[in-house]
This record gives sequence, structure tokens and C-alpha cells, in this order.
Amino acid sequence: MTITEKILASHAGRKGVSPGDLIDARVDLALGNDITAPLAIQAFEEMGSKKVFNRNRIALVPDHFTPAKDILSAEQCKILRNFAKTHRITHFFEIGEAGIEHTLLPEQGLVLPGDVVIGADSHTCTYGALGAFSTGVGSTDLGAVMATGRLWLKVPEGLKLIYYGKINPWVSGKDLILYTIGDIGVDGALYQAMEFSGEAIRHLPMSSRFTMANMAVEAGGKSGIIEPDKITLNYIKSRAKRPYRIYRSDKEARYAGVREYDVSKINPQVALPHIPSNVKDVREVGKIEIDQVVIGSCTNGHLDDLRVAARILKGKKIASSLRLIVIPATPEIYRQSLKEGIIEIFLSSGAVVSPPTCGPCLGGYMGVLAGGERALSTTNRNFRGRMGHAQSEVYLSGPAVAAASAVKGWICHPEEVMK
Amino acid sequence: MKIEGRIWKFGSDVDTDAIIPARYLNQSDAKELAKHAMEDERPEFKKEVKKGDILLAERNFGCGSSREHAPLALKAAGISCIIAKSFARIFYRNGLNLGLPFLESSEASEAIRDGDRVRVNLTTGEIFDITQKRKFFAKPIPAFMQDLIRDGGLIKHLRKRGLKRKG
Repeated sequence: MTITEKILASHAGRKGVSPGDLIDARVDLALGNDITAPLAIQAFEEMGSKKVFNRNRIALVPDHFTPAKDILSAEQCKILRNFAKTHRITHFFEIGEAGIEHTLLPEQGLVLPGDVVIGADSHTCTYGALGAFSTGVGSTDLGAVMATGRLWLKVPEGLKLIYYGKINPWVSGKDLILYTIGDIGVDGALYQAMEFSGEAIRHLPMSSRFTMANMAVEAGGKSGIIEPDKITLNYIKSRAKRPYRIYRSDKEARYAGVREYDVSKINPQVALPHIPSNVKDVREVGKIEIDQVVIGSCTNGHLDDLRVAARILKGKKIASSLRLIVIPATPEIYRQSLKEGIIEIFLSSGAVVSPPTCGPCLGGYMGVLAGGERALSTTNRNFRGRMGHAQSEVYLSGPAVAAASAVKGWICHPEEVMK
Repeated sequence: MKIEGRIWKFGSDVDTDAIIPARYLNQSDAKELAKHAMEDERPEFKKEVKKGDILLAERNFGCGSSREHAPLALKAAGISCIIAKSFARIFYRNGLNLGLPFLESSEASEAIRDGDRVRVNLTTGEIFDITQKRKFFAKPIPAFMQDLIRDGGLIKHLRKRGLKRKG
């Protein structure tokens, strides 16, 4: 069996499962945010449920439009807050301790290897980086999970992606996943469990692994997963507060497909509008002038991402023709960035630093685009109108390309500003 | 179960931001969401769509975010059924949970034109293009799913028929 099949079998109380099997799985953690949880709470109540399955196994994170951007958003947050109070939900995160959910929950040790995590947010697949099975669902499903602690799932086929070779300078997990999506397309892994493996993955820090699993959904994947190793264990050892289990794929595990990538041939990548699979090598995009750069989100708001951006921006000013918005994903990352002098570097370069929020990634607030404007962003989606006006454009890249381009004023390779 | 309406045709990879832009997600009221369905993708949709109309698309319909607001907005706008070559995973699950039926047919997706009148039989999977007088077949919707659709979605279905918990 694959790692995914083993996790699902154990959570369904079965010895084994095969792709296509319908199972009733026990859920270790269920999560919702200020956009999806209000509908889930409504579903929970309409079902006639009086009690949550386990108040310690539900996480409610107001992160999308918070600190509340308008009255309606404030009302949404209030629904979460009241529900959390009524049901004594342990992991409700109020402003000040809240961060972007998919960076916050691993940081807090709430998701661990071998878990089944169900979240009403498509980027719930992020936790696969820890060797957990995690996938996004809608609000009705979340409502059902909050009531029962279980969810029916179809066991997905596996798609094994093997990365080998030496990683080039300025290349991170973002470039590898963009390259992969460019190769297989936005429905290239539809309904499948993407398994990222190979020696190149073993050298990636957790931040890059989270980034890769995060964007599995952009290839249509149900989940993305990486087998735990020393780097994973090192990440969770000070965070885990409950037992966990390490699963690995058998050598003879079967996959619906296997693809190999020589990472020594992968340079920094950029996804052009209006679909994440429209990917090019940064040197092949031409001179694209930009109005705004965003560094942050559940994809690239990690401390490592801010560090690489700061390394490039240190002692430099951003181009006068653009705005740079930097968003640390969690309060802990914000605090550590302050300690390391990273925030000072951003401010001196001319950037604005936002509190943790999903904000501009989905055109919510804190950097919405006007008609005709063009942004380069370290986020995960560049659909038409994603960050604002329907006539605006979004380009996606990793933090190194984003920071370098903020200095130049147009999309460029980091080497162009780091001679 | 039979459905009849005008076809609204879209292409491949229609994402949830196109179906309902995130700027309207600061609330969850179905009628409010319906007022903005597809507004960036096709501005006349929200004004001209009528109850019973059918949405037709190519591959990977509903890709992107997990927002249940997307199928909710389409259903509240009057859409009675979506036919496509394929659906994105979360959207598919969300739609059925809300009682919005989906059929998969590559032939229908290619042949049926925008504005055609189409009759759909969910029990047999028959898709009849009244305008072109052509017939297509998709996999029928199973009986239990038709019950769920008739009841208006998973929650209402469970309430009506009783919530049976396993183990």
C-alpha cells in the first residue's frame, strides 16, 4: 500500500484499502475559517446536532478577512466566536494569536504525521508535508464532521512524483510545484493523491515541503503527501503534544502514474495569467512590468520565505513604480522576523508589512488590484480577478523572484539584482 | 426526475473565483450570492438566468477553492443541473451535498450550443437537445442521490429521513 492508503485504512479500522474503495474515516482534526465555518455551523445546527464530536479536535481560525475588513466580515467572525464559546472549542484563535490556518496549525503542533485532517478550505492539503492525509471539503461536509468526527471518503489513486538531482540557487519548493503543475496541468492529478518523493525532496526544508503539498489542489489533487524523515521529526519534536504515527509507502505499492523530474534542469518559475499551469522559466517571460508584489499566504508566508526575500532586499529600495506588501503568515513568524531584523529590512526597502491574513490572495483586502493592474505574488492562484478587478493580472512565483522583481520593477531572475 | 431549461455554455477550468468572486464571501446568504454569480466571467448571466436553466461546461468545472458558496450561488440563481466533461473534486462534492445534480458527458459538452433548450432525465441519464433534436447519454444519477436532490441537499435529506449514525 501507499502511505495514503495506509493512513486511510487505519482510520477506517481496516487492514487494507485500495483506490476506489469508499470508506468511513475517523477524523483527527477538523478545521474551518471565517469564510467557510459560518455555513458549516449553520449546517451543524440544521442537522439538529447539539454537541461537537470532540472540542479538542476542531480548529476555528478567522484568517481570511481578518482583522475584520467590514461589518459583514465582523459578523462572520462573531459566528465563529460564539460557536467556539458555546461548544468550548479549545483551538479557536483570536486576533493576536491567529495566523494563516495552514501555517498556524502545524506550527502549533495540531497536525501530526499519520493524521486524517479535514478542512473547509481547499489548501487543507498542505499538511501532507508532515506525512498526514489531509484534504479540503465544503461547509456541509465540515458541519457533518464537527457533529460526528467522521467523513466518507473515496480512497484516491496515487500519483508518484520523483525529484532527483541538485537544486539550483534561488530555487525553492514553489518552483518545483509550479514546474510540476505546468507539466501535468490543473487537472493533471484530478482526484489523486500526489506523493512527492526522491532525493531532492529529502533536501528540502519543511517550508518548501509545505509549499509543494499546499499547491497539490492546483493540479486537481485530492491530497499531496511527503513521507516523514529526519527533517519532519525535527520540526514536530518540540511541537507535538499527542502521539503520532509514521507511515511509509511499500516498495511494491501501486500508483496510477509515476513521473520523474531532474531538478538540476529547473530554474525559478513563473505562472502567467490566468491559470496556475501557464508556467514559464523566469528568463523566458520577457520584460513584464508590475504594479504590486505580494510576499505571503499559506503558500509562501513562512519564515524561510521572508528570510530569502530579506536577503535580496537588504540595503536596496523597491522600484518607485510599484508597491510591495509583505505578510508574515503567523504571529510567531512575525515575532521571529522582528528579532532577526527582517521586518526592518522590508520597511527600509519601502515595503508595507501587514498583520497575518489571507487578505489580498483572494482579493479580500490589504492590497486589492485596480483594473489593468498587474501583480507578482507568492500566492497560489492567478485566476482572472483573483486579487481584485476582473481586468487585473496575477503572476505567481517564489519569494526570491518576487523580492528581486520588486527591486527591478519587472519580473526578473534573482541573479539580476544579486550579482 | 426531469429538468428542462436553456443552456449557458462555458469552457474548461471555470474556477470558483469566476463562479462567485471572493469579494462577496463576507456573507453566506444564498440570494445575495446569486446576484453576483458568474459576474466577471459573463456579466449578463445573473440578469438573464431563469429558474430551471442548465449550465454546460468542458473540463474541470469548479476548480479552485472549497467555497460551498459557488454551487450555492448557482443553485440560488436558478441553475437546475450542470453538465460537463469533468468536475473538480471539492466542487462536485459540494454541489451534490446542496442537491444540485451533475452529469458527465463529453459528447453533450461538445455538441450542445449556448442558448439551446435542453431536457434532462436524471433517472435515465438522457440529455435531449430540443433545439438541435439530438440525444446524448450520461451515467444516470443513482436513486439515493435523486432522493437527496429531491429533498434539497444532504442536510434536509438527513433531517427528513433521520440521521443514521454508523458505529
